[in-house]
Amino acid sequence: MKLYIADGNPHCIKVLAALDLTGVKCDIETVSHEEKVVPHLSHPVLPVLLLPGGQHLFSPNSICQYLFDVSGQAATDATNQWLEWEATHLQPAVLQSLHMVALQGKRAEAAAVMKEPLNWLEQNLSKKNTPFLIAEAVSVADVVLWAALYPLISDSGFDAGELRTVHGWFDRVGDLAACQTAAHKVLHGKGVEALKTFLQKHPVTHHRDSPTNNTEAEDAEHVMTVEEIEEAAQVWSAGLKGSPASTERKHPILPQEGKRNVLLTSALPYVNNVPHLGNIIGCVLSADVFARYGRLRGWNLLFVCGTDEYGTATENKAREEGLTPQEICDKYHAIHAAIYQWFQIDFDFFGRTTTERQTEIAQDIFWRLHERDFLLEDTVEQLRCESCQRFLADRFVEGECPHCRYPEARGDQCDKCGRLINAVELRNPQCKVCKQTPVIRSSKHLFLNLPKLEDELEQWLNKSTSAGDWTGNAKHITRSWLRDGLKPRCITRDLQWGTPVPHEDFKEKVFYVWFDAPIGYLSITANYTDQWEKWWKNPQQVELYNFMAKDNVPFHSVVFPCSLLGAQDNYTLVNHLIATEYLNYEDTKFSKSRGVGVFGDMAKDTGIPSDVWRFYLLYLRPEGQDSAFSWSDMALKNNSELLNNLGNFINRAGMFVSKFFDGHVPEMLLNEDDKRLIAQVCWELKQYIQLLDKVRIRDALKCILNISRHGNQYIQVNEPWKKIKGGDGDRQRAGTVTGVSVNVACLLSAVLEPYMPTVSHTIREQLQAPPTCAGAMLQAAGTFICTLPAGHRIGTVSPLFQKLENEQIEALRKRFGGQQPEEESVKAKTPSSSSAAVETKPSAGAAQDASLNVNADPERAKQLTALVTEQGIKVRGLKTQKAEKSIIDEEVKKLLELKKQLSLAEGKNPEPAAQKGKKK
Amino acid sequence: MALRELGSLERFLGLKKPNKYSTQGGKKVPVLQNNNGPALIGLVTIASHLVREAKRPELLGDSAEQRAVVQQWLEHRVTRLDNYAKEEVKVILKELNQYLEDKVYLAGNVFTLADILMYYGIHHIVVELAIQEKERYLNVTRWFDHIQHYPGVRHHLPPVVVLRNRVYPSGHH
Repeated sequence: MKLYIADGNPHCIKVLAALDLTGVKCDIETVSHEEKVVPHLSHPVLPVLLLPGGQHLFSPNSICQYLFDVSGQAATDATNQWLEWEATHLQPAVLQSLHMVALQGKRAEAAAVMKEPLNWLEQNLSKKNTPFLIAEAVSVADVVLWAALYPLISDSGFDAGELRTVHGWFDRVGDLAACQTAAHKVLHGKGVEALKTFLQKHPVTHHRDSPTNNTEAEDAEHVMTVEEIEEAAQVWSAGLKGSPASTERKHPILPQEGKRNVLLTSALPYVNNVPHLGNIIGCVLSADVFARYGRLRGWNLLFVCGTDEYGTATENKAREEGLTPQEICDKYHAIHAAIYQWFQIDFDFFGRTTTERQTEIAQDIFWRLHERDFLLEDTVEQLRCESCQRFLADRFVEGECPHCRYPEARGDQCDKCGRLINAVELRNPQCKVCKQTPVIRSSKHLFLNLPKLEDELEQWLNKSTSAGDWTGNAKHITRSWLRDGLKPRCITRDLQWGTPVPHEDFKEKVFYVWFDAPIGYLSITANYTDQWEKWWKNPQQVELYNFMAKDNVPFHSVVFPCSLLGAQDNYTLVNHLIATEYLNYEDTKFSKSRGVGVFGDMAKDTGIPSDVWRFYLLYLRPEGQDSAFSWSDMALKNNSELLNNLGNFINRAGMFVSKFFDGHVPEMLLNEDDKRLIAQVCWELKQYIQLLDKVRIRDALKCILNISRHGNQYIQVNEPWKKIKGGDGDRQRAGTVTGVSVNVACLLSAVLEPYMPTVSHTIREQLQAPPTCAGAMLQAAGTFICTLPAGHRIGTVSPLFQKLENEQIEALRKRFGGQQPEEESVKAKTPSSSSAAVETKPSAGAAQDASLNVNADPERAKQLTALVTEQGIKVRGLKTQKAEKSIIDEEVKKLLELKKQLSLAEGKNPEPAAQKGKKK
Repeated sequence: MALRELGSLERFLGLKKPNKYSTQGGKKVPVLQNNNGPALIGLVTIASHLVREAKRPELLGDSAEQRAVVQQWLEHRVTRLDNYAKEEVKVILKELNQYLEDKVYLAGNVFTLADILMYYGIHHIVVELAIQEKERYLNVTRWFDHIQHYPGVRHHLPPVVVLRNRVYPSGHH
């Protein structure tokens, strides 16, 4: 057994006294205040008793109780009650008054704080009429209470008042040798003075609902040195001098000698769908934050993106909507552009892949690969519909399953038996468009010879991943591709909607979208400027960042670099590959067909400002692990972080200037408290920069919130609204606190700019901040400077955020919660609806999901799948025959029940389906 | 709040006659009026008293060591959980989470009064946690779920769903 104590720690008095009094044998080790003895506690806590069984006791009272217990004096109701009172009532008061006595020299106020608990003690003692708290003999309660009071009552300047019984009892306990030794061992006869260090390190915790003096957020355990504080204060006071004027963006942006030239791309969103929140946070929004940050840092930066428009899915969509592929692209390109504009994604250029430049560049790369012998030919057997004059992609063929004879098997998989099918094996295949029978044709295709490029790729990867900032998942996914060995990869397709393959033997074919799409980065840049090669064929000067979700990694780290390496034209290859994990929606995934989730075009309709959306998505950014969007959490974060923390602070700071100082920033005379705050804020700013330099966008956002948290505490402790009514000294104080606060608000506007551009701009407008302030503070490692000097006139201050009410959020949850899955799937099975894509049949994806779950029963799921399909056909049949409603309802009910069982067997939560069933 | 808690504890302990409680002071400290002795004041004091009255001393710990650990968490409940600044919630959860990493119950392998009172005291925090926070403090939610399903404990509090199945979206493009 071992007891850890520290000099000058008041809690050690009681445990040492108890140890001596009970005579329990135990080693004692004196450690420093900073020593972390208990592994699970994040702050150092002393004293600590290491029990023989290996557990740590870190509550002084429990240690004392334990020592008495092992020496035969078990706890009673009476001792429990005193110990509980000591911990909940006496101790907080004692610590508060010790602070006042030792650090502030306010003995009178300290006595006032102690009045209530001491009176309570006096009352109880005088009622009892025993020499000690409980009986004739000393108990654990006496030791604990005496030790708590000792430093105060033994202080000569502290007037405890007329408390005769308390004094009698106090002296009686204090006469015990064990108590005297313990007190001396901790205080060395220096009284309260000896506790100074301890008290400085343990700020008083006020009671609930009042912000604490100095409680640091979880991960901000930074302790300031005196030098650090002084330096921060000096830099701050020097103010805005000789800072570079903010440079206007002038298009076209081109690499410049002697600058950091950053080329930034966000994965090209596929044009045939409206992007959902997961797509937005995964690429364009993340890239936008980094682009805005880079521009603030003064980098010469170009941010390009565009819609990826070629491929089967577009052709398909065009057929569905009765438009030409080009019309579909035009329509959806505009939708995408509008959504990103609403989200304030500040592209330098937002282009598209269906341009002449795309054809030129893709064909050039193709010829270079061809000339250098990096392409292979191979023959592939495929179904071709003669009446439609085209080869059929798997999802365009239906036929009889070769295994189970199910008549409506798809080209890739049978829905009945679930087996994977090669489309050419289907019996009686049918073209889904014209219902004619396709024929088997062999078709010649080109393959990129990845194995031949593997060595070169690996060399480049080693360099890029070690020198650049690749996210963990990006490195991991890339490594696993290489470990399995690369195989030749088909780069052509028998389609019409694509970049034509220029080779004679491959007329009628287009490039496979994944060969083609990344070339879009180059062609979009080429559409932005004729001098695009200064960016894309300039690895010496240019640093390339790719932003994407993790499913896109292999194409950016393996396939596309191989195309560029093989083309041997000094291309700029990716230096930093930033991939996010997935964002889930509530407890499910985003699903367009089920109407679950929020899609880009709907975010606007929620009435929640774009900046708040940006904030919450970035707060949730699936950085390092998946995360989940939740409405209630969004409301919580809006109300607690934006409204109560950030908005509250900025608004208070501005309001004080307007109300108390007529809109002019007051004179500031910094004392230690102010300098400490400045240093703390400066430290957070440096963290922010370090994190964002490494593209840790979500983590850096926490620094911003920490800054305003520090600011709020600072205002709360210094109470300028009270001081302004006081004498000259107090008014001076109020001025300084207000001036420092409003400057912190100005810094907040700068660091917020990448995350919430509108709010950032509004703050600067309200404060009339100089335009160069943001750039000046975000240079180099980051400097917090007084950008609003005394006398500066601010504008009109108004609140920045609005509360999100519960009812509002509930309504949104309902609206976007996917309430119609059953109806929709039933509807989809009626013949009137031609779209097969909405059918909620279990696909390979669903089977995969189920395998993640321990409760899943794949065998049962397979049987149920068949039953569900059968029942679905039955319902459909009844509906076409216009059968009686009651009969249809009966069968629909059976269908729902089966689906519920299927969900269970797949290990999914059947809840929504079940509720729906009841409602019907 | 504390009074409903004591009511639930009485039912858990199977005490026949419900006691009469009052409260004292601004912090509404519970008081138990005792016919044959002075009043008992304080949640921990009264709860420990009830446990002894119900002849379930094992709920306070079987050895001096265990008793001390139970005592420590009971104190933690009334000092930390009943009186914290908003921004301390994370620290409280983080520390508890780390503590519970290798433990089933607060006192190790046996269920004690510490689990009951800590559960009552932390309920209002856990209820408010977002899904991802619950996952972050996995040991806390595991322990919490365990205690709320411990027969007879929950009574006056609504159940909290703490874990969920994760469904990953399939790749998009």
